[in-house]
Amino acid sequence: MSATTATVQRAGPAWAPRVFLRRLANGDAVAHLITLIFAAAVILITASLFYILWRDSALPRAAFGWNFLFTQTWDPVFEKFGALPFIYGTLMTSFLALLMAVPLGLGAAIFLAELAPARISDGLTFVIELLAAVPSVLYGLLGVFVVVPFVRTVVGPALENSFGVIPFFKGPGYGVSFLTAGLVLSIMIVPFIISVSREILMAVPVDQREAALSLGATRWESTWRVVVPYARSGIFGSIFLALARALGETMAVTMVIGNVPAISASILAPGYSIAAVIANEFTEATGDLYLQALVELGLVLFLLTFILNGMARLLILATTQKGTAHE
Amino acid sequence: MKKGVSILTIAALAFSLASPALAQNGVMSLTGAGATFPFPIYSKWFDEYHKMKSNVQINYQSIGSGGGIRQITAGTVDFGATDGPMTDAQLAQSKVQILHIPTVLGAVVPIYNIPGVSAELNFSRDALAGIYLGTIKKWNDPAITKHNPNVRLPGENIVVVRRSDGSGTTYIWTDFLSKVSDQWKNGVGNGTSVNWPVGLGGKGNEGVSGLVKQTPNSIGYVELIYALQNNLSYGRVQNAANVFVKADLAATTAAAAGAAKSMPADFRVSITNAPGKGTYPIVSFTWLLVPTTIQDAGKKTVIKDFLKWMATDGQTYASQLGYAPLPKEVATKVIASLDKVK
Repeated sequence: MSATTATVQRAGPAWAPRVFLRRLANGDAVAHLITLIFAAAVILITASLFYILWRDSALPRAAFGWNFLFTQTWDPVFEKFGALPFIYGTLMTSFLALLMAVPLGLGAAIFLAELAPARISDGLTFVIELLAAVPSVLYGLLGVFVVVPFVRTVVGPALENSFGVIPFFKGPGYGVSFLTAGLVLSIMIVPFIISVSREILMAVPVDQREAALSLGATRWESTWRVVVPYARSGIFGSIFLALARALGETMAVTMVIGNVPAISASILAPGYSIAAVIANEFTEATGDLYLQALVELGLVLFLLTFILNGMARLLILATTQKGTAHE
Repeated sequence: MKKGVSILTIAALAFSLASPALAQNGVMSLTGAGATFPFPIYSKWFDEYHKMKSNVQINYQSIGSGGGIRQITAGTVDFGATDGPMTDAQLAQSKVQILHIPTVLGAVVPIYNIPGVSAELNFSRDALAGIYLGTIKKWNDPAITKHNPNVRLPGENIVVVRRSDGSGTTYIWTDFLSKVSDQWKNGVGNGTSVNWPVGLGGKGNEGVSGLVKQTPNSIGYVELIYALQNNLSYGRVQNAANVFVKADLAATTAAAAGAAKSMPADFRVSITNAPGKGTYPIVSFTWLLVPTTIQDAGKKTVIKDFLKWMATDGQTYASQLGYAPLPKEVATKVIASLDKVK
């Protein structure tokens, strides 16, 4: 070790590293450059990910073109590949998950930030953040042993008996379904919404609340009419973070969705998602076209996330004209 | 101190230059990759072989048959492994000439969950094909009841369960269905994943058996080993001689023995629906993929020696781990074929 250091010192001018370190410590220019490199690295990683997905999906893009996105057959034996059922399943399960997780998460965040005593709020927040760190395969197991039987024996029949006339709720009652996957996903993403939204709500300045109260608003009116709108861009941020997680979730979804590449109107029917089919079929995909079709599915998921995130940005921009807190 | 380090480095360098396969202690290390189904027996074999020849270390990564075929054709591993034989097109694409070496046999069995039915069901070839094609929809369909006269089967819809992940098990199952039903062969075909006409997908043997256990009136298929290890009850299947056979290791080996006479020289053979009265029909070999030309003389000797041991003494480990050993006739042919490795 000592020998190496000695060599370095002898090799170059003795002052060079020290000057560099001093400049780093108090020099804006150096810090600027270094952080710029780090930021550029993130963009570089994203760009090369896109490039590799694009390059390695050349065969199916040439063979199917845009039809890849709009056809429903997924046949590895006769090498016909269409992504539509997987795109539908990914969007449907994520949509169902948000439908359930947003009211729940937002309500809990309001309680924790505005109403609960600090000790309870901190304790509960710790537990919620713990939930966010649980590996997804455990949520999958919870899904298989609890949610699937629950949907098959309780939720499914109840929905079918009450609303069975609407195609949305018309059987079949296997237990594995879009709804089950949505339920499991909602449990997984709710901690993100709660924990981020709570932080945002707590960052709303106290004078906003005091102003509302002094104008004669009740506590709830001040929360719902003033604090929540003030924090909405951050709350949207938390929702889209949760959406991103739901779109890409693999393990928990494949365990409860039924893995059937079909588009069904009923949310009680089995389906499939993009991430799940890639994980399921990648290892045993033998043909080049087959393998590259799976890579192209990855590309589709990448672009889907990209588009949804872009839309989220626009939505936030459109709703933050008036003075609000940013994330 | 500095001097000491560099001498060591030079020594290590010299060693590694002398023979790439030999590391510092003269350990020969080989790498293989492929099928997951035979992984337990392969790791047992490599372990036992290492105990006999402590200078040989064989590493095997069970990344799936697809990965095994890709890596051996690209020449990045010393050997590959697969549950379904390589196609002619795949062999033509390969950079190296590849030899298929059958190692052990696996069987696939139907499992089911019908409330109120505990009897062992008989499944005819047509019934299994019809159920998986979706043309037989109810448990009390005549195609099923005809061969189960003493069982009261309910008029409930059949819930079909199959693998969602690509797997050798699916390959064997669909290979059998292709042989017994033209409609299956032309409409669905066989492979590690197929475009299923009906059914729910479960991930792995445990996913399929979990779904079957949970879902009333369901049917699925799992590896025989998995059914044996987990005490699952499974049905009998009608073989080519029209006998309903319950799968066990002897009936599995019988399938291979029946096929041994007509075995092609390259061992790429499907033995589902094989002839013979005691033969279980949903059976397949699993193969190691070995290049016919191995440049490194040391590696060549070790690979040939290992394969010879595998086909003889190694086979005794098969049945304890739930695999059916190769029949004598096939093992003899395997040993003879090793001369092709040059």
